[in-house]
Amino acid sequence: MSTRLDTEVAIIGGGIVGASAALFLARRGVPVAVIERDRCGAKASGVNYGGVRRQGRGIEQMPLTRRAHEIWGELPSLIGTDGEYVRSGHLKLARDQDDLDALADYRDRTRGFGMNLEMLDRAALDRRFPWVSHAAAGASFCPQDGHANPRLVSPAFARAAQAASAHILEHTRVTRVERDAHGFRIATESGPTIHARVVLNCAGAWAGAFAATFGEAVPETSIHPLMMVTEPLPVFMNVSTGIQGGGVYARQVARGNCVIGGGRGLTTSEDLARPSGEDIATLLARAATLFPRLDGAHIIRFWTGVEGNMPDHHPVLGPSSTTPGLFHGFGFSGAGFQIGPAAGEVLCDLVTRGESDIPIDAFSITRYLPTPTRPILDTTHAVSNLLEISR
Amino acid sequence: MSLARAPIEPVIIGAGPAGIRAAQTLVQAGLRPVVLDESLRAGGQIYRQPPAGFTRSKQTLYGTEHKKADALHRTMDALAARIDYRAGALVWNADQASLEVIQNGTMTSVPYTHLILATGATDRVLPFQGWTTPGVFTLGGSQVALKYQGCGIGSRVVFLGTGPLLYLVAYQYRKAGADVAAVLDTSTHADGLAGLAGMLRAPSLLAKGLYYMGWLRAHGVPLHKYVRPVSVQGGAQVSALTYRLRGHDTVHSIACDAVGYGLGLRSETQLASLLGCAFDFNSQDRAWLPRRDAAGRTSVSGVYAAGDGAGIAGADAAELAGERAALALLADAQLPSDARRAATLDNRLLANARVRTALERAFPFPADWAADLNDDVMLCRCEEITAGTVRQAARELGAHEMNRLKALTRVGMGRCQGRMCAAGATEVLAHALHQRCDAVGRIRSQPPVKPIPISVVHADQQKVSL
Repeated sequence: MSTRLDTEVAIIGGGIVGASAALFLARRGVPVAVIERDRCGAKASGVNYGGVRRQGRGIEQMPLTRRAHEIWGELPSLIGTDGEYVRSGHLKLARDQDDLDALADYRDRTRGFGMNLEMLDRAALDRRFPWVSHAAAGASFCPQDGHANPRLVSPAFARAAQAASAHILEHTRVTRVERDAHGFRIATESGPTIHARVVLNCAGAWAGAFAATFGEAVPETSIHPLMMVTEPLPVFMNVSTGIQGGGVYARQVARGNCVIGGGRGLTTSEDLARPSGEDIATLLARAATLFPRLDGAHIIRFWTGVEGNMPDHHPVLGPSSTTPGLFHGFGFSGAGFQIGPAAGEVLCDLVTRGESDIPIDAFSITRYLPTPTRPILDTTHAVSNLLEISR
Repeated sequence: MSLARAPIEPVIIGAGPAGIRAAQTLVQAGLRPVVLDESLRAGGQIYRQPPAGFTRSKQTLYGTEHKKADALHRTMDALAARIDYRAGALVWNADQASLEVIQNGTMTSVPYTHLILATGATDRVLPFQGWTTPGVFTLGGSQVALKYQGCGIGSRVVFLGTGPLLYLVAYQYRKAGADVAAVLDTSTHADGLAGLAGMLRAPSLLAKGLYYMGWLRAHGVPLHKYVRPVSVQGGAQVSALTYRLRGHDTVHSIACDAVGYGLGLRSETQLASLLGCAFDFNSQDRAWLPRRDAAGRTSVSGVYAAGDGAGIAGADAAELAGERAALALLADAQLPSDARRAATLDNRLLANARVRTALERAFPFPADWAADLNDDVMLCRCEEITAGTVRQAARELGAHEMNRLKALTRVGMGRCQGRMCAAGATEVLAHALHQRCDAVGRIRSQPPVKPIPISVVHADQQKVSL
């Protein structure tokens, strides 16, 4: 016999999206419960690279990332820690002239969103960032982008939500979700049965399976970004760095460790992934080439995580097209850390106001569904939706 | 007619007592195992050989154990042509079909079908005030300095901690001419008596222990029990050790320029963890160990664990366990395996385990340690995290198990990846949460097992483009 928990909004997944949605909802006085199968912020939200950047995002994400930038600016008052967030600047390197052209074009297309991108040619790059290898042809620089410590930030959103009176249920696996005329009934493996009027699907790499049971099968896959960290080194990387087209990215934390990512790890089970040999060798070689000062440094740890990925690398964010009261926020495709809190706020707005000031049409789940837009039919939710997502 | 069997590719990690006996057993069965060892010469920690060209006799180097050391070294020498022995090879990552290895600055993958982990142990240390002062070494490190490099850790040395190694190393130092200022044992006379009955099963071990103590006393070395260290004094170098006796407030001070310190041993289990072996908490070792059957089979098919890397049992047991694991491997691969010999080994391992239990009674882990630790004591020296930070994370940030503690505080995230600090951090976290130390879990291992240079090149690496 499980106990019963009644709430207004049930959020499946305690990553940065689910936890920030919980925080914003709780602050507006909405009863909310977060159901997390592990610990909040233990998956991709807590083990990602820690880039807090707008630069490089598609034009569709500009309003969302701009809002997120504002939220990050208020982090300590929001979650009680600065999470080691620094607006160091973000440097996007070009390998060659084609890359430089692409970066210049990007700057032109994203003007007006406050990124203030500066193009740096080879000489300017040398002058400003002499620690970058001559293998780079130039760069685009975003002065107010930065980086933070995901291990601190993501769990802190959940703690702040809890402090604002959200229910946080950790180590609680959702086994079944049913919807009837009264709302949702969420069965869990070891915890209470939760009754809620609204459900937010913020289950990251596990969210696609959930959406599918509500007739919204989307091509979400899992990716496992490979990352590594050096022993503490004298500080030389004064900005977070990436490269046009991806492949390697790096930042240095105040303590001196360089956090470097690129390539992919391997899946070992549904829940876990681990670094793989080949990609490790490639990443080591790339990092050493791009940042000559890493010569002689030791890598003390490799790791990866499990992240939901969409084919167009944009998240699914917005209302379900089949089920009233269900909203999606998943598939952030390796770039959810910065926009996560803004996505949480959007979900909160959708629940409490029925709309969001941030344009999210590009993120609608309908873009992956057979017919361009499917109206919500009352007959759909009259039928109870049975969901089996336990193994 | 027999069915053609796919050839097996056995790999042994470690060339200490367990690894060498395992290799010998596989060679006797007609196999040619790969033996990967991090050291430059075989022997493991206990029978570590000095660099080539050093001329001290084995009797000098290994004392009462010199015959065992010599036998193992000779065994390994005789195997040389019949095994694929790779010295100076660090296995830094492992999956279920291959090992990632760095040797001479080059990275290679070594495939295997069967794997024997004989990864050995290191000293276990718990922090106390000043323990990171230059001049404080582990007991094992003190012994390595003497055995391998022919030098001591200081000219006036205090040995502190508990376990059989404490008296052995003190004896070896005094014998080598060092001024041993004192031997400070955290165990009690009552502990010694509690272990006595079991120790009588191993009269030679007991005799050796009593001999070292008696010899040290006869040579004017003060031996104290009931000790709790208070602090190491000194800035750039140790100048004194202060301590008190359990239940007493009086603080004593001994001038010294080095401290050798250790509280028993801890198994090197990272590879077993990376391989996905199931672990259980072992209350005798006060540590999480790979689950294994009496023969050394782990929960992962084809992976075996033997010697101190699978649970602390000492060098003699390691030799038996290495051979036993190799016999299990042969049987599992459906190759001829001497079942009678296996049964004999099982019995001897069982007898050895009883002695080990008695030793643990005689030199128990100081379970009250965490309670006495001041907040400002450095717990994780790689990341410079204090006991107070850990307690705060437990109290205020919801750090209820070791991985969350690591994520929130960086304990176990530095160069040692928890190999050195996890024992202390586990004690402090458990104490702060009013829990037993098995309730806070263990740190999930991540590669590399030890830091690797970024400049390492992959053996078959093409030029990598950006």
